[in-house]
Amino acid sequence: MNHDYQKDISGCGLTGLISRKKKRISGGQIVKSLCLMTDHLYAFHVMYDDPEVRWSVEDHLKANYKIEKVEEIPTAPVKAIPISPLLMRYFVSPLKNKLVAEMQPDDFVVETVMKVNSEISGAYIFSSGKNMGAFKGVGNPAEIAEFFRIDEYEGWTWTAHTRFPTNTPGWWGGAHPFTLLDWSIVHNGEISSYGINKRYLEMYGYKLTLLTDTEVATYMLDLLIRRHGLDIRTACQALAAPFWKNIDAKDEAGREAFTALRQVYGSALLNGPFSILFGHSNGLVGINDRIKLRPLVAATKDDLVYMASEESAIRAICPKPEKVWTPRAGEPVIVEFE
Amino acid sequence: MFEIDAAGLKYRELNEMIRGAIARGEKEIRVKGVNGQYYIGSGLRDKTDITLEGVPGNDLAAFMDGPTIHVKGNGQDNICNTMNSGKVVIDGNAGDVLGYGMRGGKLHIRGSVGYRVGIHMKGVKKQSPTIVVGGTAGDFFGEYMAGGVIILLGLDTKDGEPLAGDYLGTGMHGGVIYVRGTVDKALCGAEVGIAELDEEDKATLKEHLTEYCKDMGISLDSVMKKGFKKLYPESIRPYGNLYAY
Repeated sequence: MNHDYQKDISGCGLTGLISRKKKRISGGQIVKSLCLMTDHLYAFHVMYDDPEVRWSVEDHLKANYKIEKVEEIPTAPVKAIPISPLLMRYFVSPLKNKLVAEMQPDDFVVETVMKVNSEISGAYIFSSGKNMGAFKGVGNPAEIAEFFRIDEYEGWTWTAHTRFPTNTPGWWGGAHPFTLLDWSIVHNGEISSYGINKRYLEMYGYKLTLLTDTEVATYMLDLLIRRHGLDIRTACQALAAPFWKNIDAKDEAGREAFTALRQVYGSALLNGPFSILFGHSNGLVGINDRIKLRPLVAATKDDLVYMASEESAIRAICPKPEKVWTPRAGEPVIVEFE
Repeated sequence: MFEIDAAGLKYRELNEMIRGAIARGEKEIRVKGVNGQYYIGSGLRDKTDITLEGVPGNDLAAFMDGPTIHVKGNGQDNICNTMNSGKVVIDGNAGDVLGYGMRGGKLHIRGSVGYRVGIHMKGVKKQSPTIVVGGTAGDFFGEYMAGGVIILLGLDTKDGEPLAGDYLGTGMHGGVIYVRGTVDKALCGAEVGIAELDEEDKATLKEHLTEYCKDMGISLDSVMKKGFKKLYPESIRPYGNLYAY
């Protein structure tokens, strides 16, 4: 063992940018939640530990969806990534007769994701959006981008993440982002309330299969916003709820509202350090934990809004931002399309 | 004057170049195109003046013991972590956890700072660190402070705009914080006392601010025009009896 070995000290980092005017930005910059396909199709990105597993997933998809297109996710040979899972994508729409009673297509897709990820060993749907695509894997971020040919995509929102796994395994499924439908999350930190959040989500049919804490944030936002109808700010206030002493200092209406929110959504509170970028169909949100235990910097330039763990990450792609600021703890930066 | 272009350099390459220049006896180093490289100036001991153009990465001047670093731009997080001596001057804003466990030297910032600045600063007799912040500060300013001096100026703030965030001086058990303007007791840690400045305080403050204003090119008189409050630990051994009873 070489005792003088120089370790490359790394850490988690995240970065994102959004065009409020929905101008498409090339993935050569860094990258996004993509506009892959037309609005009526869902794109399933699936990783298979074992190529044989593909047939069980495809049987299930064929029985439930109209499949418009099947292909391997295009990749480029990268020396540092000699092996990868089999990576496939399917452009699909749910069969009408499968949508029983009041079931919406989104609910049906979520059910499929949960079923495949929890019941078909070695297969993981890691992207299921209509207007969002996720690419992830184990490797240096630049190599992963090259591997997935990210510079060939365009989108109006891009988020990216580099992970330095500390508490849970580093594996292809455990890389960021964690996505469901058009929700996508990149996260720096650790969610100490994972157990509480997981049990709460399981009551609503979510199956947590990816061995990483961040997964709860994605499903929680799907539950709060899509299924319970909370607006984005209120959902963020459930995830990073104000402390009781700050609630006590509010006027009566504020006290009542926040007391109710904390009582109803106590199990949705994300405890522990986090900074999160949360992409969705209508915009991008950045949010910190309540006492800012992870960094988050934001900047603007023309119609672009940037958010990242470090100011230098923004300056690497936008050397002269008009405005740079650090959001306060627990106060979301909510960017929506014009 | 030795010049380095840091554009595109990884942090290790850049820091090797800076160390190499110092080893060759360079006393003045100017680094252009800095953007995000970690650990600049970390552990350096010699008397050297280093000017950085751009935004240096985290852990700038960590464990530093002697040099002077001037940042022409904003700083990030963890600047002056456990620094022993020397000085860091930042023309812009800086991030969180500055001066963590800092035990000597100076950190002068023209703009505002983030959360947990001055956390666990310590000082003994003449070995006393100083942080001066020109703008405002986030929550947990001077948290667990054990020694040294922190000065918060709130320059360019509007009337009524708070200078510091919540949990000011929480866990403070040594050192002193001077705040230019008023302090809301409700935002301070339970251990924190608020007092008017005595003659000794005024002399200390003037000494520190004379150097700060010179670094920043601003008028000492205009800074001193407004009144200061002093924050101090009301008990210097709050847990002295913890194991005694």
